[in-house]
Amino acid sequence: MSLILDHVNYVYGEDTALAVHALKDINLVIPDGQFIGLIGHTGSGKSTLVQHLNGLMRPTSGAIYYNGEDIHDKDYEKKKLRSKVGLVFQYPEHQLFEIDVFKDVCFGPKNLGLSQKEAELRAYAALKQVGLGDEYFYQSPFDLSGGQKRRVAIAGVLAMKPEILILDEPTAGLDPKGRDEILDQIAKLKEETGITVILVSHSMEDVAKYVERIIVMNRGSVLYDDEPRQVFQHYKELEQVGLAAPQVTYIMQALARQGMEVDTAVTTIKEAEQEILRALSH
Amino acid sequence: MQTDRGNAMGIIKTDKLTFEYIRRDEEGNVEGITRAVDEVDMDIRQGDFIAILGHNGSGKSTLAKHINAILYPTEGTVWVDGMNTQDENHLWDIRQEAGMVFQNPDNQIIGQVVEEDVGFGPENMGVPTEEIWERVEESLKAVGMYEFRKHSPNKLSGGQKQRVSIAGVIAMHPKCIILDEPTAMLDPNGRKEVVRAVRALNDVEGITVVLITHYMEEIIHADMVFVMDQGHVAMEGTPREIFSRVDELKELRLDVPQVTLLAHELRQKGVNLPEGILTIEEFTGALMAVSGNK
Repeated sequence: MSLILDHVNYVYGEDTALAVHALKDINLVIPDGQFIGLIGHTGSGKSTLVQHLNGLMRPTSGAIYYNGEDIHDKDYEKKKLRSKVGLVFQYPEHQLFEIDVFKDVCFGPKNLGLSQKEAELRAYAALKQVGLGDEYFYQSPFDLSGGQKRRVAIAGVLAMKPEILILDEPTAGLDPKGRDEILDQIAKLKEETGITVILVSHSMEDVAKYVERIIVMNRGSVLYDDEPRQVFQHYKELEQVGLAAPQVTYIMQALARQGMEVDTAVTTIKEAEQEILRALSH
Repeated sequence: MQTDRGNAMGIIKTDKLTFEYIRRDEEGNVEGITRAVDEVDMDIRQGDFIAILGHNGSGKSTLAKHINAILYPTEGTVWVDGMNTQDENHLWDIRQEAGMVFQNPDNQIIGQVVEEDVGFGPENMGVPTEEIWERVEESLKAVGMYEFRKHSPNKLSGGQKQRVSIAGVIAMHPKCIILDEPTAMLDPNGRKEVVRAVRALNDVEGITVVLITHYMEEIIHADMVFVMDQGHVAMEGTPREIFSRVDELKELRLDVPQVTLLAHELRQKGVNLPEGILTIEEFTGALMAVSGNK
């Protein structure tokens, strides 16, 4: 189950005076079960890229293959793809509309042509996956807190049983604890189901804590594609393109400059703690 | 930036400020009463940089809306520059003295051209035309957006739009500016730009700033920090004092910068570091001192 992007280009407003080459020769392989972070400054092409992954947008040139099939082939069923690649937009709670939480989560599966019974089973499972207790199922979605609404919206996508889950800034607008709760829930979901997760985020600290691979976009191209430790070594280049490394990486760099023998490729607080304690005990 | 208090009352003062609202169900029947702000006392001096932190739902935005009389207290009193916000005669004076910037950059700009939007406020105040343009120029320069004065606001980034909104407020020459989570919808660069502009307003222009946020990194230079929880003030102190109380902050659903948390974790493992570390420099200094003593 993999998604392959092969020389993908996208130009907004092609053949007009306002043409913008938003994706430039993108070549990526998204294998099964990876936890990927997608970072990039505003305007780098992240959102454009992500909307190509579930076929919402079509490349100007190049091809996209899902499980070996060209998703823009005239005989390919896009509807099938949309249930396999689930995309959760920013502020997904803006999509909520039904009279109660449970009905809202049933909406997606019903649209896939499932029976009422099957849709309900899916909805129940999805709501459990996002950690929402059944006391909320028959409440109006609009009575919930921001973080809860967000979880309902994510459940709506999970009810489609995607193999790849893409979340565009799932923590936007939440308070610090709310942010941790949503990301922990997503990490737990990934561990339990083996789903592939792509997390689009502006928080280097969040990305460093959860993902095993980071793709850095800059002005429509892939700048780096590697594990977090490697990517954040390039903190100077990242700064030049409007990004940064997690604060913890800068702390270790500062300590190393003062003569402390620590691994400067550290990207999380836990690693930093271990490194510093090790250095102090020598 | 702190200044001596000239008169007895600060620029903003609240006395047992309480705000309740009635919750109704779909049919309009009363379900209950929520006490969004619960007996809050504040006394803010002219020139202070005050931060109000709190998790979503803590009451911080509701509190902020009392300062420029968008909301009126259910109980208690709010004074702005000595004027009671519930006194109708003073409403427009209060709104001129206490300007507010909101969260969503797209909701606050109405002009087709940046300089026209900034001039809107002073124009409504009846400021003479020539002076309007002077104010527009100085406000845009203060937030670093003067080169964009002839641009359409549509093409600006979130951070740039927020800076234009701030310029629009300071063109009215308020004594104090309240910013309600101004960076919540911005990316890290936009956030940095807005925080820098706000600090400059306080440091250079001497405007009192009340910044409501849940991003701890933004408040390091505040004079005073209030942490809200369930409508009341749960913690009050300087940034250093507040940052020292990591476990309490976590219980209040807040977070500290990584450097503060790292120092805290090491301290718990027996490393002799002070609490309330705010910056990387402080951290490296303290840690090198500890390792030097081995």
